[in-house]
Amino acid sequence: MSIDTKSILVKPIFANNPIALQILGVCSALAVTTGLQVTVVMCIALTVVTAFSNLFISMVRKFIPNSIRIIAQMTIIASLVIAVDQTLQAFAYEISKQLSVFVGLIITNCIVMGRAEAFAMKNPPGLSFLDGIGNGLGYSVVLLSVATIRELFGSGSLFGVQVLPLVSNGGWYQPNGLMLLAPSAFFIIGFLIWGLRAVRVEQEEKDEFKIAPHTVQEAAH
Amino acid sequence: MEQYLSLFVRAVFVENMALQMFLGMCTFLAVSKKVETAVGLGIAVIVVQFITVPVNNLLFQYLLKDGALAWAGLPDLDLSFLGLLCYIGVIAAMVQILEMVLDKFLPALYNALGVFLPLITVNCAIMGASLFMVERSYTFSESVVYGTGAGVGWALAIAAMAGIREKLKYSDVPHGLRGLGITFVTTGLMSLGFMSFSGLSL
Amino acid sequence: MSSNKDSVGGTLKVALLLCVVCSIFISSAAVILKPMQEANKTLDRNKNILAAAGMFDEQLNTNAEVEQLFAQFTPRIVDLETGDFATDEQLADLGIDAATYDQRTVFTDPQFSEALDASEDIAGLKRQVRFATVYLVEGPDGELQDIVLPVSGYGLWGTMYGYLALEGDGNTVKGIGFYDQKETPGLGGEVTNPRWKSQWPGKEVYNEDGDVALSVVKGEGQGVHQVDGLAGASLTSRGVDNLIEFWLGPLGFGPFLTNLTNG
Repeated sequence: MSIDTKSILVKPIFANNPIALQILGVCSALAVTTGLQVTVVMCIALTVVTAFSNLFISMVRKFIPNSIRIIAQMTIIASLVIAVDQTLQAFAYEISKQLSVFVGLIITNCIVMGRAEAFAMKNPPGLSFLDGIGNGLGYSVVLLSVATIRELFGSGSLFGVQVLPLVSNGGWYQPNGLMLLAPSAFFIIGFLIWGLRAVRVEQEEKDEFKIAPHTVQEAAH
Repeated sequence: MEQYLSLFVRAVFVENMALQMFLGMCTFLAVSKKVETAVGLGIAVIVVQFITVPVNNLLFQYLLKDGALAWAGLPDLDLSFLGLLCYIGVIAAMVQILEMVLDKFLPALYNALGVFLPLITVNCAIMGASLFMVERSYTFSESVVYGTGAGVGWALAIAAMAGIREKLKYSDVPHGLRGLGITFVTTGLMSLGFMSFSGLSL
Repeated sequence: MSSNKDSVGGTLKVALLLCVVCSIFISSAAVILKPMQEANKTLDRNKNILAAAGMFDEQLNTNAEVEQLFAQFTPRIVDLETGDFATDEQLADLGIDAATYDQRTVFTDPQFSEALDASEDIAGLKRQVRFATVYLVEGPDGELQDIVLPVSGYGLWGTMYGYLALEGDGNTVKGIGFYDQKETPGLGGEVTNPRWKSQWPGKEVYNEDGDVALSVVKGEGQGVHQVDGLAGASLTSRGVDNLIEFWLGPLGFGPFLTNLTNG
C-alpha cells in the first residue's frame, strides 16, 4: 500500500507528467511564466485546487448521479477556484493583479477536470487527494522550469532579484526580449519534451507510418 | 461601425486566443492532426463563442455587476465574485442546449460537430473570452463582435496548425521531438508570425 | 443506492444540495475577504499616485507609510468641460463622491462620458469622461504644491493607465508613472523603467503660447519640452506622446490647469 501511495504521488512528476505526456493543462498556464514569483503562486493555486477538488469529488462520488456528473464536478471545482481567487486578492493583491483572468481559467484547466473524472470518481478520498497533489507538482515542475529560463534570460533576474546586471541599468547583460514574448514558451516546452524523451526513450511517439526506404539495402534497417 | 471592425480584427489577429493568449491549447494540440476535424471543431468554437460571450455579457450587466441588481431593489449588492461559477454554468448549459437543438433540427451538422461539442465546455478559449469581456467591460454589441472574433481567430489558428501538421508528418524529425515536441515548436513559430500583427489598428 | 441516485428526484436533490453547500462556501469566503480586498485596492491606487509624484519607492518605503503619505493628498473631482472643480450639488446629483469615484468604471456609461470624434481622439480612447479625479497637495502656507492627474492612452497592445504629477505651477512635470499597461516586455514595457521615468521631472508642459509642447521624441530629447523615446518601441513612445497631448490639451485637463494657474 505504501509503495502504491508513493507511486501515485511521484509518478505524475516525471514518468507520467500531465503536461509533457498527456498534453493537459498547458492552456491557462504559459501566459504567466514570464516571472518566477507569479508562476509559483499559479502552481500553488493549481495544486491546491486539484488536490481539494479530487478530495471533495471523491468524497461525494457515490452520491453524484451520472446524468449531472460533469456539471457537479464543475461546480465543486469552480467553487474552489473562486475561493482561491478571493484569497489571492485579499493576501497577494499584486500577484493576483498580474495573474488577472488566468486564476479563473484554472476551472477549465484540463488537469483538474481530467483527474476528477479519471481518478477521483473511482478512488477513495485519501488517494485522490495525493493524486491531485502529484499531478499539481508534475505541472509545477514543467511550469517552473519554463519560468526559470524565461525570467533568467528575459529579464536577467530570478524571483525579481537581479542576477545578471542589465545593459539598460549599466550592467553587461543584454536581455533576450524573445524570452518574454509568447512564442518562447512554446519553444521551451517543445525542447523540454525533447529532453525528457531523450532520457526516457519509451515515451517517444511512434511514427504514424513508415517512409519507404530509398534503396533495397537499407530495407533491413 | 468602424470601431467594431477594428475590434474584430484585433480579436482575430492581434489577440489571437490560441497563439497570443495560450488559450484552448489542450484541444488545439490534441485535435489538430487532420484539417477536416480541425475545421469542424473551429466552426463549433465560433458558434459557441458567438452565443456564450453575449449571454455572459447580459448576465454580468444585469445580475452580477456591482449595483446591477438595482432594478430588484438591491443597489448595493455586488455579486461579481459569483462570476466564474455563472460563466462556466452558462457555457456548459449553452453547449448542451446547442447539442440538443442541432440534433433535433440539423442532424447533418450535429453529426459533423457532435463529437466536438462536449470538448468545448472545457476549452479555455471559451471561458477566456468571457473573462476578457468582463475585464475589458465591453458593451453588449461589442461582446457579440468580440466573441465572434475570438472564435474566428481560434478556428483560423487550429485550421492552419492542422494544415502544417498534415505536411509535417512526412518530415524526418529527430526521435524525441516527434509528435508533441515538434508541434509545440511549430506553434511557437506560428505565434511568432502572428506577432507581426501587433500594433495593427484600423 | 445506485438506482435511487439516478432517479429524477434523487438527481434534483443532489443538485440542489450541492448548489446550496457551494454557494454558502463561496459567499462566506467572499464576504469575509471583502474588506481586505477593498483595502488592497485603495492601497494599490494610493501607492501608484505617490509613486508618480516621486514620493514613494517600493524599495525604500513600506506599505504602512502609504496611508500617512497619502493623507497629504486631497482628492477633488474636476469637470473637464468647464475646467472647474465639480460643485457639491453636481456631485450629489450624479451620486458620486471624490473618495470613491472611479472614472475607469464609469468610462462606458453615457451619463458620465461622451464618445469622441475620431479627429479629436488623439489618445485612442474612443470616449472621454466628463469628470476626473485629481489629487492635490497643499504646502504649509496653503499654496498648491503638487497636482496629480490621471492619464490614459492607447499604446501598442492596449490602453496604458497612469498618473502624471505636476508642480503647483501646473506646468513643470514632477513625475510620471504607469500602473496598468500591456506593452511588449523589455521594449514598450520599459515605460515603467525608473531610468526612463527619471528624465521627466523638470520638463515643462506648455510653451509660451500656451500650447502643449511636452513630447516624446525618437532618439534623444532636447530642451525642457522633449523626452527621449523608448528604444525599439516607437508605437509605445508615440502612445505616451499622444496621451500627454490629449490629457493636457483642451479636451483633457487643459482648461482646468488654466483656471488653476490664473485663479
